[in-house]
Amino acid sequence: MAGLTRTGAPSTGMPGTPDAAASAAASAAAPTVTPAAPSPSGARAPRSGRVRATIAPRRATTWVILGVVGLVFLIPIASMVEFTLRATGGGYDLSHYTALLDPANAGKYAPIWRGLQGSFLLAITTVAIVLFLLAPTMILVTLRFPKLRRPLEFLCLLPLSIPAIVLVVGLAPIYLAIGRAVGTGVWTLAFAYGVTVLPYAYRAIQANLDAIDVRTLTEAARSLGAGWGSVLLKVLAPNLRVGLLSASLISVAVVLGEFTIASLLNRQNLQTALFVVNKQDPYVAVILALLALLFAFLLLLLIGRVGTAAALRRSTPRKDPT
Amino acid sequence: MTSAVHAGVGAVDSGRRRRRAPAPAVLGLLPFGAYVVVFLALPTGIALASGLFTADGAFTLDNLAALTDPVILGAFWNSTWLSFLTAAIGAVVGAALSYAMLGFPEGGRARAIVDAASGVLAQFGGVMLAFAFIATIGLQGVVTLLLQDAFGIDIFADGAWIYELPGLVLPYVYFQVPLMVITFLPALAGLKPQWLEATLTLGGTRAAFWRKVGIPVLAPSFLASFLLLIANAFSSYATAAALSSQGSSIVPLQIRTALTSETVLGRENVAGVLALGMIVIMAVVMTLYALVQRRAARWQA
Repeated sequence: MAGLTRTGAPSTGMPGTPDAAASAAASAAAPTVTPAAPSPSGARAPRSGRVRATIAPRRATTWVILGVVGLVFLIPIASMVEFTLRATGGGYDLSHYTALLDPANAGKYAPIWRGLQGSFLLAITTVAIVLFLLAPTMILVTLRFPKLRRPLEFLCLLPLSIPAIVLVVGLAPIYLAIGRAVGTGVWTLAFAYGVTVLPYAYRAIQANLDAIDVRTLTEAARSLGAGWGSVLLKVLAPNLRVGLLSASLISVAVVLGEFTIASLLNRQNLQTALFVVNKQDPYVAVILALLALLFAFLLLLLIGRVGTAAALRRSTPRKDPT
Repeated sequence: MTSAVHAGVGAVDSGRRRRRAPAPAVLGLLPFGAYVVVFLALPTGIALASGLFTADGAFTLDNLAALTDPVILGAFWNSTWLSFLTAAIGAVVGAALSYAMLGFPEGGRARAIVDAASGVLAQFGGVMLAFAFIATIGLQGVVTLLLQDAFGIDIFADGAWIYELPGLVLPYVYFQVPLMVITFLPALAGLKPQWLEATLTLGGTRAAFWRKVGIPVLAPSFLASFLLLIANAFSSYATAAALSSQGSSIVPLQIRTALTSETVLGRENVAGVLALGMIVIMAVVMTLYALVQRRAARWQA
């Protein structure tokens, strides 16, 4: 479908104007497990007043289901908010929020800041693994080893079938060796996290790779004299920016929420810190959990928006900008 | 014209490839290959094999006897019914929610919000979901106190079940429903309105459409999503770990106990044996998933 709406494909290969082909950028992969995206069905807008054939439920049905399920799902979140507002003597105030920022409590909450620092470091390192190890490999496979596409896909989706708790059993001896070799710094966990984000990152990047003609872009750039470095950085990376961005954001979300591996390998990240602090001060732990959930929600909303914007640009035929 | 240029570029391309030796390109696959071997293949291999060796490194099948231990069997049984129950509830509620979402335009704001919220709750909750449920139905939880004060109902009259196995059901449903939306909504949205039009034009009813077309087409997708939900609950660890810090009622918690203490039940390498057991079950479920999904994909072209 993307191929049909593409216009002026040959000119987009020029290193100077890598932008045009981005109109064919993939919808960012939302964290779906079935990658098949439904085709946008124009038939849903019943502009012709004939048979009003829509599969969608009636307005009332929609709102009843949404209202009931939404309400039930909001209760735990609302409870968290209520919990954080409880004053020590009864009633409500913001004392737990101010306590978090009070320098007098710095020692008590130190694990949280350490954990947060660790998680950010891990997020950056994991994104680096995705951008500089996974993405180039996927491009290489697309260009030179199309036969390896299915095996690569299988490999990248494999971590979905291997529970993190099982991975930990095997990672323990490996991290014992890593600890002896380069120390027990928290950043070393990024190697394990790179594996856990593999399915999500792969889907996001592959959706984008499928939507652009990597081979044509590359050959056009090469025939105009570009080296492999500028092909990767100046031609392919800009065209893959939606996929790379969603892969990075979703990796950040996964890393910030990861508990299993860090906890059992005795490394401190945000989640293990929350777990520890919860035992001394559950209020602060819940405040931070709320903030972390909100942050992840905004990240995913951003991925969705980036994806929809790209999909919209793709499905509306581009006018010639003359 | 476009295709002509395409063909030209293609010809140049194939000509160049024939001249170039492929060796350097293969080298480019090495870094990622090495990474996957060390951090995916090796840990999985160790996890699978470690149960089959003694502490001295000799091969043995004796450790597998742990799988017949009543405590371990009980944990596998608990994990299994917990996964089935929460997957069943999650599948039904999630399917209903997906159906309701069809009422909103694709790419609209409502869909975007539900998508993002589903992603957060389904995949990144873990410990934070446990906190949410402690704040809701914990001993001092909002709902607990409300029921106590307003209706005089003590939900913990029979003990603090929230920190035990039954307490896992609600939090698990809480992340199963969003996962169902993520996996099932695309299939549901793929139902073509033309099929309904055709049914109506040929004199059928809406009910007939669902009975003869909609449900048969969606059944494989529904089953695939259900299987994925089972796998998801079965492999989940963080929520359970944060809720019950001592108990080992399900397999992942048994693995935690086995990893953090030297010997469990007087046996060696129990963690490895349990990991092996989990992988076998996951392999069965995910293979079924792949088979059903292949059939479901037929209608999603």
